[in-house]
Amino acid sequence: MKWLQRHIRPEQVRELSLLLLIVAAVLIFGSMIDGYYTSRTFNRITSSVAIITVVAVGQTLVVLTRNIDLAVGSIVGCTAYFTGAQLAAHHGMPPVVAVLIAMALGCVMGAINGALVAYGRVPSIIVTLGSLAIFRGILIDYSGARTVTTDSLPKWLLELPRLNFVTIGDLDIRAMFALAVGIVLLFQIGTSFLNVARQFYAMGSNPDAAELIGMPARRIVFSAFVLSGTLSGLAGFMFLARFGSITVEAARGMELQVVAAVVVGGVNIFGGSGTVFGAMLGAIMIGTLEQSLFRLQISEFWRDAILGLLILLAVASDAVILNRLRAIWARTDLKLVARDSASPAEAKR
Amino acid sequence: MNIRARLLRWETLLLAMLVVIAGLNIAYSPFYLGVGNIVNLFQLSIEKIIVALIMTLIIICGEIDLSVASVMGLASCVTAWLFQMGWPMPWALVAALAVGGVAGLINGFWTAYVGLPSLAVTLAGLIGYRGVARILVEDRAIGGYPLWFNNLGQQPQFGPLTISIVIFLAMFAIMAVVLHRSALGRLVYVMGNNLQAARYSGVRVRRVKLLLFVASSMIAALAGLLYAARLGSVRGDMAQGFELDVITMVLLGGVSIFGGSGNLLGVGLSILVILNLRNGMGLADITGNTQTSVIGALLILSVLVPNMARMIHTRWKGRET
Repeated sequence: MKWLQRHIRPEQVRELSLLLLIVAAVLIFGSMIDGYYTSRTFNRITSSVAIITVVAVGQTLVVLTRNIDLAVGSIVGCTAYFTGAQLAAHHGMPPVVAVLIAMALGCVMGAINGALVAYGRVPSIIVTLGSLAIFRGILIDYSGARTVTTDSLPKWLLELPRLNFVTIGDLDIRAMFALAVGIVLLFQIGTSFLNVARQFYAMGSNPDAAELIGMPARRIVFSAFVLSGTLSGLAGFMFLARFGSITVEAARGMELQVVAAVVVGGVNIFGGSGTVFGAMLGAIMIGTLEQSLFRLQISEFWRDAILGLLILLAVASDAVILNRLRAIWARTDLKLVARDSASPAEAKR
Repeated sequence: MNIRARLLRWETLLLAMLVVIAGLNIAYSPFYLGVGNIVNLFQLSIEKIIVALIMTLIIICGEIDLSVASVMGLASCVTAWLFQMGWPMPWALVAALAVGGVAGLINGFWTAYVGLPSLAVTLAGLIGYRGVARILVEDRAIGGYPLWFNNLGQQPQFGPLTISIVIFLAMFAIMAVVLHRSALGRLVYVMGNNLQAARYSGVRVRRVKLLLFVASSMIAALAGLLYAARLGSVRGDMAQGFELDVITMVLLGGVSIFGGSGNLLGVGLSILVILNLRNGMGLADITGNTQTSVIGALLILSVLVPNMARMIHTRWKGRET
């Protein structure tokens, strides 16, 4: 137990239990659905998880700073449509340019939100509630309610979702899922070890203290929104590649799924705690539920009810169980410190 | 309060906005001032503005209820489902209101007694209650209600007014008295300003919060039933996304998202501004999506402009001294 307490933090207990919950869900669905354990199921889940995960990484950064970004669904929709329209008009456009267009557009939209929140001092829920409507309205006006259709897009884009990154045994890891995992790793390492990124946690834990010790509070919040926008732009490109046909309603309501993934993944809605890796687990949990319930046919309608319950459980376990765990951990820490200072020789053993 | 402070109040600004918008509307369209148009103007978003009244109290108390639109949908789906099972319509309506009460108890229990953030609890409610509604009606549209039920939503009952409008007016009066003239209303402000202080001065904060959440969900359920009566048909995605419009109305009315300040007069004015703006843009052939964008921009500006004014003001003062 002591060994456990020394090597695992309470937050990690929670991520581990989410991981166990995912395994349990897969086992339960596996016993209920014939032919569940196939590479097809795996591909279906991973490709739906990939997009949500990329957006959830950005959302995590924003939530860590005690803010919320409700505009991500509209940003994904706008970038998917705009990039799709550009690709349909210029077939010769190199893939890299298309990705950069999507990310740049997302970046600009995120920067608008960030500037209003950080420098205009408008609460993030108001700003992003407004820009959720504004971005969607701009998209509908810009598009004239036309649809980007699959046959107007270049071939490489439509083949992208089926592109394999690596094949392990029977399972194909698709390039888009690999990209999502890569982004999670990048940001997980960044937020764990980089000074700049630890500032997100500092801001969320205590904004006043962070500002008093000289952190650039406004710039931190601004950059969280810019990163969220940019990642949403990238997700917009992935959305375009996955679905091909993009209407003006694309990705409407995605912000709820993303916030749900982040909350289920253990990121505190009041900022300061949670990890990018947890958010990915949350996305995987939701993706597994969604795709598996879909296979159970009648139960498709049960998806939202279960998801709501899951969010409630995640938040409740955070408040009730995790606080207990933290107290136990803190007590043993104190004991260890007391023992270490009393007899250094014994502590070495 | 001197004249300058009175002029700079948020409500005055809203009133000025309302006068300008109404003036433009009168100049633009001869049909604007007709009784039919005015009734229609309220009738088109009557359910949202009923819910906005109780949302005002919740936000002033420092909480938020994102689940209202889902409760609206759930209530109407419960009625539709029970009606289809052969229940008499009045009992189906009562059952729907009761379900609304249960939803409120769930929200209130987790928020007030367990102490979870209401943003997260009601987000779970937003997804979960909608999910229950989906389980009940799946992807059908259920209609064919008794005539009196449809008339309730569609026919004027009191002179030119429909029953929904009368309910709204009555509820506005009740909420105004509760919030501004009763002890409970003062508690709501105190809790929004400083919850800890309220608790240590012996306010039963948990009970007040629970009461607010139950009231919110029951009123949302009532609004959902009125919506069902107006449309005459119920689907699983009824009232989806209404929570954004409701919260926009409250925040535009000068209620602080952090709780503790704002009043019902401001919310009443902001409701009038939004309805007239939408109506005017509708008369001018501007589509619904552009209308939503304009209101989104208005929401952001309503907080940004006073903030900017304050920042410039303090900078100016700093230079003088």
